[in-house]
Amino acid sequence: MDLNLKATELRLGLPGSDEPADQLQSSSSHVKNNKRSCSEIDGSCQKQESGAPAQKAQVVGWPPVRSYRKNVMEQQKKPESDGSGFVKVSMDGAPYLRKIDLKLYKNYFDLLKALENMFKCTIGVYSEREGYNGSEYAPTYEDKDGDWMLVGDVPWDMFITSCKRLRIMKGSEAKGLGCL
Amino acid sequence: MAYSFPEEVLEHVFSFLSSDKDRNSVSLVCKSWYEIERWCRRRIFVGNCYAVSPGIVIRRFPEVRAVEMKGKPHFADFNLVPEGWGGYVYPWIAAMSAAYPLLEEIKLKRMVVTDECLELISKSFKNFKVLVLSSCEGFTTDGLASIAANCRHLRELDLRESEVEDLSGHWLSHFPDNCTSLVSLNMSCLGSEVSFSALERLVARSPNLRTLRLNRAVPLEKLANLIRRAPQLVELGTGAYSAEIRSDILLNLTEAFSACKQLKGLSGFWDVVPAYLPAMYSVCSGITSLNLSYATIQSFDLVKLVTQCRNLQRLWVLDYIEDSGLEALASSCKDLQELRVFPSDPFGAEPNVSLTEQGLVSVSKGCPKLQSVLYFCRQMSNAALISIAKNRPKMVRFRLCIIEPRAPDYLTLEPLDAGFGAIVENCKELRRLSLSGLLTDRVFKYIGTHAKKLEMLSIAFAGDSDLGLHHVLSGCESLRKLEIRDCPFGDKALLANAAKLETMRSLWMSSCSVSYGACKLLGQKMPRLNVEVIDERGPPDSRPDSCPVERLYVYRTVAGRRIDMPGFVWTMDDEDSGLRFS
Repeated sequence: MDLNLKATELRLGLPGSDEPADQLQSSSSHVKNNKRSCSEIDGSCQKQESGAPAQKAQVVGWPPVRSYRKNVMEQQKKPESDGSGFVKVSMDGAPYLRKIDLKLYKNYFDLLKALENMFKCTIGVYSEREGYNGSEYAPTYEDKDGDWMLVGDVPWDMFITSCKRLRIMKGSEAKGLGCL
Repeated sequence: MAYSFPEEVLEHVFSFLSSDKDRNSVSLVCKSWYEIERWCRRRIFVGNCYAVSPGIVIRRFPEVRAVEMKGKPHFADFNLVPEGWGGYVYPWIAAMSAAYPLLEEIKLKRMVVTDECLELISKSFKNFKVLVLSSCEGFTTDGLASIAANCRHLRELDLRESEVEDLSGHWLSHFPDNCTSLVSLNMSCLGSEVSFSALERLVARSPNLRTLRLNRAVPLEKLANLIRRAPQLVELGTGAYSAEIRSDILLNLTEAFSACKQLKGLSGFWDVVPAYLPAMYSVCSGITSLNLSYATIQSFDLVKLVTQCRNLQRLWVLDYIEDSGLEALASSCKDLQELRVFPSDPFGAEPNVSLTEQGLVSVSKGCPKLQSVLYFCRQMSNAALISIAKNRPKMVRFRLCIIEPRAPDYLTLEPLDAGFGAIVENCKELRRLSLSGLLTDRVFKYIGTHAKKLEMLSIAFAGDSDLGLHHVLSGCESLRKLEIRDCPFGDKALLANAAKLETMRSLWMSSCSVSYGACKLLGQKMPRLNVEVIDERGPPDSRPDSCPVERLYVYRTVAGRRIDMPGFVWTMDDEDSGLRFS
């Protein structure tokens, strides 16, 4: 790349150097005096390589939507084409899935009782500390972000708008979710 | 001996000059014109509150009546500027309270405003008329109560998109019974419910009320009563647009709307129940501005409404409108000048609606006056961009956000250089541009070559090397604001074009490759720039000079370094200079 720096009137750089910018180029191997080198500091100094694949994890401030708008969109339900709150429910070990309409239930208690009835199992009682520890099964759900969450942590209204599907996990597997 | 007009005559002539540019030119003609002009300048605009100090402004312009000012950089809207960065308006209010007792207007954008400020405003300026706080923060509803209670001649109170700590809705009741001067009230950003009867009485006693933007908490059932008391409204922002479906509410609302013969602008529309949209049909033919960007309703319902607004000039809508809806828009609304399409599900991995580049192409084809676009979508092609560019050579603002960073042309898998290149080449009046998608240094070469009127450029996840930045800084003659994030731009281009930065308002670079050493050098060599490093990892001195900084904000100033920086902001000083303007 030839920026033709000599042609620019303003010469910036250390005295005696011809290509001032070169000296300032990021390079993790270049260490002056006693300071820690860039590479030793938790990788936060690493020069971003162009063409590096973008990470799937959410990037701060992207897409550029203001917080107020983001919050409003999360609160408001998306228009459902069939006007229902039907979600699939799977249970570990069961041969086929079921579907239930979340809109029919007023709270977690009603929902869990219905699930227990439908699958002939015991889910038990939710506690913030222990999850559903102690019971055979634990109800989990996939939220709008694609994450698997424990049923019961968030307010009911928030739950029904963010729940995409349900999965009743066997107690042994659910231990990972219950004990945080 | 030079012939000259008496001062009063010149002053009278200058009073016809409203633009700052013209007044600035007039000031440069000769010393006496400078003097006359400065005494009769009534409005000042400070694009960056740190570019100048209250003292300097007051010394030069002693008779100001209206102040407009901006604080934080634009990327603060997207959480890229940490809390506590700055933009405090208090020093300005304090200075002006003493110097400008006749001040009538204060308009602020992205500034930190405290209740103390609001109280000071309400008590210092006897003739205070207009307060606009756009995207501001730092105050509570108590501050609003002071304004309501003490500003006897208040005409405008506009809190658009500000973050207000909502302690209660009681503030509205502080407007005294003899306050009848209100022309514009925008409280759409507030959460709490205000006393409806107080609101009703306020509206009823404000015959000049033209703009009323309610907040979400004002229920639809009560909207009719409010509108009935203000049939002269020109702009209305509804509250939540939902209620159980009852014919009496619908009838009431329909009648109320039909009395509003002057209505030109509509907004609000949270929680829309489509059954209530027909209440507005009678006013649609007069509507020029429609903000449906919170209306989560389907394309079908959106189209029914929008296609009745034949005189529509500005539409803000969610991507629920889909390509089909935009095509209908293009057929019906031939006066359309501005279109903004917001994403309903910005973080979803998969598209949730059928909105693609086609929608924008349709509108660009069908709407001959289209000049301002903000469009969020999930796919784009060079062909589409070239088509848009050729259809609309008069485009002035073009902001495209392809949701996935570095997304290529979905048809050819190539970068979108050619498409954006066509935009800048064809649209010679382009003043604002936001890029997205996969872009190489080539697009910046096109921009530097063609975008001669470009004033603001936003770049994210683009470019290959410093050459990209160099093209922009060396080519874009009218550039005032440049904001860049996550691009491989570093020291070379920045230092080679340092002088350019003095011709611009500001430069923002975050998550790029600018080293601390380069920042120091820039600060040392350019005394009239403030070079601020924003780094939350601790003092940049504790890392090698070659280490890139997290964020860099560079702006020209005649006020010297600022004194209100938080712990994570460092100014790169001009160590040689001892003289600082105060």
